[in-house]
Amino acid sequence: MQKYSIFSLIKNAFSNHEKWDLAWKDPSPKKEYDVVIIGGGGHGLATAYYLAKEHKITNVAIIEKGWIGGGNIGRNTTIIRSNFMYDDNARFNEFGMNLWRNMSQELNFNVMFSPRGIINLAHSDAQMNAYARRGNSMRLNGIDAVLLDREEIKKIIPMADFSEDVRYPIFGGLAQPSAGTARHDAVAWGYARQADSMGVDIIQNCEVTGFDVSGGKIQGVRTSRGDIKTKKIGLCVAGSTNVLAEKLNITLPIETHLLQACVSEPVKPVLDGVVTFGAGHFYISQSDKGEMVMGGDLDGYNSYAQKGNLPTIQHVLTGGIALFPFLSRLKMLRTWGGIMDMSMDGSPIIDKTHIDGLYLNCGWCYGGFKSVPSSGWTFAHTIAQDRVHELNEGFSLNRFSKGYLLDEKGLGTKTWIS
Amino acid sequence: MLNINCPYCGDRSQKEFAYGGDGTVKRPELNKEVSDEKWNEFVYLRKSPRGKHIELWHHIAGCRQWFKVQRDTVTHEIFKTAKMNEEIK
Repeated sequence: MQKYSIFSLIKNAFSNHEKWDLAWKDPSPKKEYDVVIIGGGGHGLATAYYLAKEHKITNVAIIEKGWIGGGNIGRNTTIIRSNFMYDDNARFNEFGMNLWRNMSQELNFNVMFSPRGIINLAHSDAQMNAYARRGNSMRLNGIDAVLLDREEIKKIIPMADFSEDVRYPIFGGLAQPSAGTARHDAVAWGYARQADSMGVDIIQNCEVTGFDVSGGKIQGVRTSRGDIKTKKIGLCVAGSTNVLAEKLNITLPIETHLLQACVSEPVKPVLDGVVTFGAGHFYISQSDKGEMVMGGDLDGYNSYAQKGNLPTIQHVLTGGIALFPFLSRLKMLRTWGGIMDMSMDGSPIIDKTHIDGLYLNCGWCYGGFKSVPSSGWTFAHTIAQDRVHELNEGFSLNRFSKGYLLDEKGLGTKTWIS
Repeated sequence: MLNINCPYCGDRSQKEFAYGGDGTVKRPELNKEVSDEKWNEFVYLRKSPRGKHIELWHHIAGCRQWFKVQRDTVTHEIFKTAKMNEEIK
């Protein structure tokens, strides 16, 4: 594989950048693989990469219905954080933060990880108390958390509405200074390129049409490009999890919902970190290009549409303008949507299943992007060793029937309001 | 924007309604021993189909009645609405 560096850039400049190697190949599926990963998004690509790197399993195929990076890895708002209260979520995501910090070097691809910090705003004394508690939990797990008062918040986001007669006056907030953003497409491409160089086949435009299961064991997968034999399948298909689970006669504690995001026209730097305004169903950051990147709530009813409806965008931006009045003067550049695998407690599932050789990676809700490296790493371990790692043992499939929920937000099973 | 035909009030904008989830889930019978497995199915497991979906909606800013809607989860086309005691086939 060609190494990307200042020298390769200069060298290729002499040939008008026409002689770069392809970043990854476009192979046809072989008859048999040791492991087949279904879903060529961030989680699938990262899983294949860590299977090859950490477990030396390189006879691996990634099967993707569309193209690499066309799903939620290219549709999210690129936020990376580990500000969780529960131990299982906090440890898992803090493990991921360490992978993020070294990702550009490790993948030899600039993912533009930018630890610019995140602030969750609070609007009452009760919420400040709740944030103090969450911050303390985070610090016990080695995650940086800082409780900020109103005046400290004012120094960071002076353009927010700090009037006292607004519906949700700013009392303070909880910050995680080490949180940040990254360039999401680069994450997909970086993992794809490295996985490919270690022998993983990335097979695009290949739809799964069925599974070959006999004797309670995975024997293979049927696709639009032929049958593939394999003993192990890793399912990382986010919003399409229920569709594939139906082909396996499995019903999961997951519903698929639509989440929208939008960006404004680019403007000069105004906001250096990520700000969430939970009370107004709104969060925002500014991209390196200057666009204000905004998001909020689900559309609110089961959807596989991958595009949203206007009432939700209006609702999100109403909250946005309440917090940052200057947003009302900006033009909207574009809006888009992605389909989320909303689990019944808001936490993910990375586990084995009752079918031997079928491994499940789903339930990422809003938080799939930040977990790409930690999910790939632990899922690769689960597949390679046929047992869960201690980092993902809390994300079990049977935690629902056993009563060990990880209900971080305490919203219960109404996935459409989370 | 969805237009939902409330079986009591007629065609209204989505903004008047609140969503209530999968309308095919059956609560286990009252006053009977219910296994953990059955509770798990009732509380947590959802088919979430890609295509036709029978779901509950609440006309919260209108007549405040709950009712059933059969909707396509890809195109959002609404095929039928029905009162709670009526079946959608």
